Amino acid sequence: MIDDDFVKALLEGRDFISVKHRDDCLTLDCLPDSLIGFCKHLRDDQTFDLLVDLTAVDHGEEADSRFQVVLHLYSLIHKSYVRLHVACPDNQSPSIPSISSVFPAANWHERETFDMFGIKFSDHPNLKRILMWDDYPYFPLRKEFPLAGIEVPLPAADVAEVTGADVDPAPMMGGPFVASGNGRMSEAEPRAKDESWTEESEKPL
Amino acid sequence: MDRGVRETIVSTTVKEVQIGDVGAQAAAHADGERMSLNVGPSHPTTHGVLRLLMELDGDLITRCEPVLGYLHRGDEKIAENMTYNQFVPYTDRLDYLAPLANNVAYAITVEKLAGLKLPERCEAIRVLVCEMARISSHLLGMGVFGMDAGAWTPFMYTFTEREKLYTLFEELTGARFTTSYTRIGGVARDLPEGWMSKVEKFVDELPKAIDEVEKLLTRNRIFLDRTEGIGTISKEDAIAYGLTGPNLRASGVDFDLRKDKPYSGYEKYEFDVPIGTKGDCYDRYLIRIEEVRQSILIVKQVIASMPGGLWYAEDAKKIFAPPKEKVMTSMEELIQNFMIVTEGPQVPAGETYFEAENPKGALGFYLVSKGGGVPYRLKIRAPSFCNLSILEKLVPGHMLSDITVILGSLDFVMGECDR
Repeated sequence: MIDDDFVKALLEGRDFISVKHRDDCLTLDCLPDSLIGFCKHLRDDQTFDLLVDLTAVDHGEEADSRFQVVLHLYSLIHKSYVRLHVACPDNQSPSIPSISSVFPAANWHERETFDMFGIKFSDHPNLKRILMWDDYPYFPLRKEFPLAGIEVPLPAADVAEVTGADVDPAPMMGGPFVASGNGRMSEAEPRAKDESWTEESEKPL
Repeated sequence: MDRGVRETIVSTTVKEVQIGDVGAQAAAHADGERMSLNVGPSHPTTHGVLRLLMELDGDLITRCEPVLGYLHRGDEKIAENMTYNQFVPYTDRLDYLAPLANNVAYAITVEKLAGLKLPERCEAIRVLVCEMARISSHLLGMGVFGMDAGAWTPFMYTFTEREKLYTLFEELTGARFTTSYTRIGGVARDLPEGWMSKVEKFVDELPKAIDEVEKLLTRNRIFLDRTEGIGTISKEDAIAYGLTGPNLRASGVDFDLRKDKPYSGYEKYEFDVPIGTKGDCYDRYLIRIEEVRQSILIVKQVIASMPGGLWYAEDAKKIFAPPKEKVMTSMEELIQNFMIVTEGPQVPAGETYFEAENPKGALGFYLVSKGGGVPYRLKIRAPSFCNLSILEKLVPGHMLSDITVILGSLDFVMGECDR
């Protein structure tokens, strides 16, 4: 049971954690340096051995502590969750210790969080992008990233090297399949540039 | 007997070994030429756009690296830019083999943060559609798994049944595939007249089809040879890698959110949770078969005890839009409808995490709100994503031909994995 006694015992002698709220599940603030040790304690001594989720929240560029990593642990014995909030100390190059040595499940979750937010997980065995391609230059879930995305060259460097082929991004605007809307259709629409007919003289059969 | 002969006898002592052990030993001692093999991203084995980079020594896999992201659409970014109800259609496209279950999980998450209490009828309808979605997803999972192991016929049986389910879904939601049935605070419409008796007829006939599939697969020598002892996941590994759903239960862990953390009134229904013993591909198949049978029981119970009343939370004035005829005739309801459509359902600031027991595993939503009608952050915890993360550890030591069976038995969906 996650009751007051449990929380009291958990907090005792651990000044690096504090209770944030208990609205839907016990939510603790944890300092990044003590994260690995505390996770080990939760896993081995408190039966919270299932890491169900690890993600981050971007609180915006103005926030004092911009990036916050959020962990959800589940205990099969207590049948309840514990949520850990870890604030990343540096807003410019956020970084916290990796817990993939404690929970192998964290490996991919941390890669995804790095991919989407640019938060570095120190000592991660294989910290590279997972959903976006390796050369992708942005972190899409940061608040300043626009919903429409930013056009970048496509990830075909290795293909181009072997085949010598050029890969251009597909046109989003003003490409060959989009009419400009100005003037007559036969001029504005490149596919209609068949000199043998216009709006005035019908297409020969 | 001279010494030479005795030595020969001693050296032929049989030691029982597992297939994985032999593979691991061979992998450790392999010193031949290694070959790199790329499977996917578009390959019938990978059930979608999963790509596996493998290193082979002969037919033996020594390394496997999954490459994801080919179906990444940025659902979490999209969610931050639209109102709560507008995101419901996007949840259809997560686990697109059980869209109804995704709709329900998402709606419950938002309602949990809003502190909404739903009428009993709404909860019962949601349980009903969730279990039908589970049957539909497992029917596909089993059929395709049989096909992966080389058995075509079971697929025909399961797909026929699934087709009947889709007809029922269409009658209920207006769409066969992308149902978008839930709204925050209720469901889109009440059950159509006579629909429940059709569902009852379907679940009465379904066990016969399941029996047929079982006759074709469960004691089939070829199927057993291909699945037994292959892709064995230990209890410890399954927990460490965050597996959920049938894949975790096949490894012998008793974890089912419908029992452990009941939501939407699951505690009212009686059903068993099948647990595996070995955690191999065959166990995962057996678990799914049994889960379908249990889902049939739940569906029957829900239909027998379907409460009357409303299918939406009437008192949630800032969350659920009023009925159309009232919008057309009353000023107050017109304003209420207008506000919900333009501003979105009003949800208080805070954070919440909710997981539902979906066919593929625990589908979780972590929702952070700063008030208003748009989520500040919505993280989708996809079961397929977590279930696939074990591949790097699971696959090495197996033969190349086992890949199809292992992937088929994990029953993942890339739409959910890549989001």
